[in-house]
Amino acid sequence: MTHREVVACFPHLANYAYAFKYIFEKGFEVKYLIPPPISKKTLEIGSKISPDYVCSPFKYSMGCYLEALDLGANCLMQIYGGCRLNYYGELNATILHDMGYKFEFFDMAAVDWKSRKSIFENFRKINPEMSVVKIGLAVPVTFKIIQTLDKFEDYIRHNVGFEVNDGEFDRTYKEFLGKLENLSGRSELKKLSKIYWKKLNAIKTDKPAKTIKVGIVGDYFTVQEPFSNYFMEKELAKFGMEVYRQMNLTCTVIHNQNKKKRKIAKKYAKYNLGATANCTVAEAIEFAKAGCAGIIQVKSFGCTPEIDAMPILQNVSRDFNIPILHFSFDSQTSETGVKTRLEAFYDMVEARNGR
Amino acid sequence: MKGYLGIDIGSISTKGVVIDGDNNILAKEYLWTEGDPMGAVKRLLKALEKQLKGKDVKVVAVGTTGSARKLIGVMTNASVVKNEITAHAIGTTTIHPEVNTIFEIGGQDSKIIIIENGFVVDYAMNTLCAAGTGSFLSSQAHRLGVSVEEFGEIALTSKKPTNIAARCTVFAESDLVHKAQIGHKKEDIIAGLCKAVVTNYLNNIGKGKKINPPIVFQGGVSKNVGVKKAFEEEVGSEVVVDENGHLMGAFGVAVLAKRSGKEKPFSFDTADIEFKTRGFECGKCANHCEIICVYKEDELIDSWGNKCENGAIKTKN
Repeated sequence: MTHREVVACFPHLANYAYAFKYIFEKGFEVKYLIPPPISKKTLEIGSKISPDYVCSPFKYSMGCYLEALDLGANCLMQIYGGCRLNYYGELNATILHDMGYKFEFFDMAAVDWKSRKSIFENFRKINPEMSVVKIGLAVPVTFKIIQTLDKFEDYIRHNVGFEVNDGEFDRTYKEFLGKLENLSGRSELKKLSKIYWKKLNAIKTDKPAKTIKVGIVGDYFTVQEPFSNYFMEKELAKFGMEVYRQMNLTCTVIHNQNKKKRKIAKKYAKYNLGATANCTVAEAIEFAKAGCAGIIQVKSFGCTPEIDAMPILQNVSRDFNIPILHFSFDSQTSETGVKTRLEAFYDMVEARNGR
Repeated sequence: MKGYLGIDIGSISTKGVVIDGDNNILAKEYLWTEGDPMGAVKRLLKALEKQLKGKDVKVVAVGTTGSARKLIGVMTNASVVKNEITAHAIGTTTIHPEVNTIFEIGGQDSKIIIIENGFVVDYAMNTLCAAGTGSFLSSQAHRLGVSVEEFGEIALTSKKPTNIAARCTVFAESDLVHKAQIGHKKEDIIAGLCKAVVTNYLNNIGKGKKINPPIVFQGGVSKNVGVKKAFEEEVGSEVVVDENGHLMGAFGVAVLAKRSGKEKPFSFDTADIEFKTRGFECGKCANHCEIICVYKEDELIDSWGNKCENGAIKTKN
């Protein structure tokens, strides 16, 4: 069904590869390669060819590209955002080209999203014979996939800490993801999400009436990609906590809540801090108001907007009398250190909660 | 009489206390870990056993904390394995119930714990960098040709501490050498180092925290009177150093072991049993987890390090 053998690939971000795969295969009509799951090796090989002081998302994407190139990807892509990320695509491509790799690069930062001509010209890099109609038809389904993933993951975050049989949520969700890989279209998605929503809801949990809630905020990549935050949400859930997170593609891409969040954060941050930092502040305020016992900020080491958000978060912490713990992740973070701090965090919020 | 043993195995030193039901310390020991936590604990147990000789004490529960808490917890059949932040907080609030702020500077880590009405409400711990901790001071003492133990006393004799740039340990060292070469007095440099440790601490982990007295200062570095004085000058109130401040983690986890109510058999003979660990890399997926297996007399008793089910190793029981 593909017109020419283009194999496109985005670096991993949580489980969204399934949504990306759909839009590229059904919309752009090119093959889409889901890169191998992020592993220690991904980060290792990515770090090797990245500047040492660049933030870890860059290193992860480099690792993903290398692994994808080895599997035959020939059209790499990079997203854009409100920070240094806008230069990343250019740098990603240059480094890989210098290493001798041959590929097409679709840099979303290079597109002028206000100009139809620019969008069209850049999209044609992916497939010169693309059909705008087909892409138009695939977009709503892609959005629906994203919304389904986010809805399921939210439910899991709130309940996985209380499952009676260990690993049941994980297994069920993985099964669902597996079925998404070769999704035929809207009606199959509808059927699948109905079945699996039922399955997730049927999983036995032992949830007390009053739980300890914890909110997690942070930079776009680190807060969403579980590998990059040492599976923080899972670790928190293991203590028997209910984890809350607002940052996901549904809230940023589909319903752009940037303005709304800027407004919530306004009392604490009048100006734009860049990237997702204003959202971080706004989400912390919302979590505090919603009765969370504590908040955790995760960020990649050297992420300037999130560093700017730190002193502001301390004001939030003081005003709402809620502890906020900060974590910086790099390619060389010690796992033991993370666990020790999380344990202490749990002891603290549990004692506060029981008061 | 029932006794409760708390062991705190840090990067540099290993601490142990045995307390009775009323939190009185019956035996205490402090020694160097020397990179061998299991060996250090064996020596620790021997020393504690000796101190308890003649007293009718039976250890009924063990608690472990510190970076090797898990390993030593398995070895000693511990009732409680707790992180050092909680252990320090519990230990300190048991002895000083009115405390509001705990400063703790150990061998490689430093932390601040904020307490309100006896509950931990906020804490921070150094990440990614160990500038300004105990190992920094001991290496600088070595460089200046004085022992760590007399470091603090010398600092007190200084009238005009030298300014030392202490953001980064390596650069602090260059600055120190530079200041010495251009003729600053040794006691001034030493006092400057103590001051630098304090500035670094307050600017890093103390940043934005509500530092209210009473303040208790503990960890190995608290034994350094120069650092204590520098803290008092900087925060403008008295800083309390407990005689047993360096044992607070071990004491705290002993209290937790007592509170847990879980009594498990323990014997000081553990010191004579052979424990071994073996590490290997799991090759079942691309994560290559480093898995550690713990053996007691060649019998596998526990393992950890695997991120997923694939790397799980079954023990006999």
